[in-house]
Amino acid sequence: MAIIRYPRFSEFQNPFAEMERLRREMDRLFSDVAGRSPAALASGVFPALNVSEDADKIYVQAELPGFKPEDIDISVEKETLTLRGERKPDEVENVSYHRRERRTGKFHKAVTLPYAVNADGVDAQFKDGVLKLVLPKAEHVKPKKISINAE
Amino acid sequence: MADKDLQVQEKQELQTKSESTRNVPIFVPAVDIYESQNELTLLADMPGVPIESVDIDLKDDQLTVRGQGATEEQGGTVLLREYAVGDYYRQFTLSNAIDREKIVASMKDGVLKLVLPKAEAAKPRKIAVKTS
Repeated sequence: MAIIRYPRFSEFQNPFAEMERLRREMDRLFSDVAGRSPAALASGVFPALNVSEDADKIYVQAELPGFKPEDIDISVEKETLTLRGERKPDEVENVSYHRRERRTGKFHKAVTLPYAVNADGVDAQFKDGVLKLVLPKAEHVKPKKISINAE
Repeated sequence: MADKDLQVQEKQELQTKSESTRNVPIFVPAVDIYESQNELTLLADMPGVPIESVDIDLKDDQLTVRGQGATEEQGGTVLLREYAVGDYYRQFTLSNAIDREKIVASMKDGVLKLVLPKAEAAKPRKIAVKTS
């Protein structure tokens, strides 16, 4: 099990954190240009995740080809998203393999999300081997609009 | 093998000099190919490719598998990006012993399955040894 921490963006007082942030920004910039991701394998734990956010939701995607929805287990507790699963080998008998590149086995990955999420509202979709999670942010971490009262 | 933990495999990008018109990376899917008495089965991991975007082409003895991945972006700003999405492409040379008419392709949970039946002539035949 691996736990990934997100560097918080507020760590301006820490120059290393700021440098790390810059490096990630650069990676993102180049990855957009070249269409590939040098930040790939950042955590090195299966499965590779793409995480994004907007004002009130966090989106998590993972490629899990050949997994069955019932073999994927997702749990959320406060800020920690845990994914577990297993890809079972196909039961075929009396065959000889020419190539065997598709791996089978179990995975267990825990990710610390940058915000607490509302575990009841999590939506998980599995289509064409891609798992898509939509996690609504908890009420207290959602940005609040402050209106200015003119006198 | 079932108890082993899965490791991240970096998606291998296709090395080619020819350019594609779609500005997306092209990956080489991981495949399993196994042979039974009557057929050859090919399994390819192509997550994110719907069945209607898979293109299988057999020309002479070149089998080409192409898949167009959904390129719609995830909403919002990126926090973590561990993989890229794109198309899949892989080419194989088949022996002539395949019955081309009977090739069956199906797709499930992002895995393409191609069943290539062997031609009648190529099936192994038991040869009885006669004693005189």
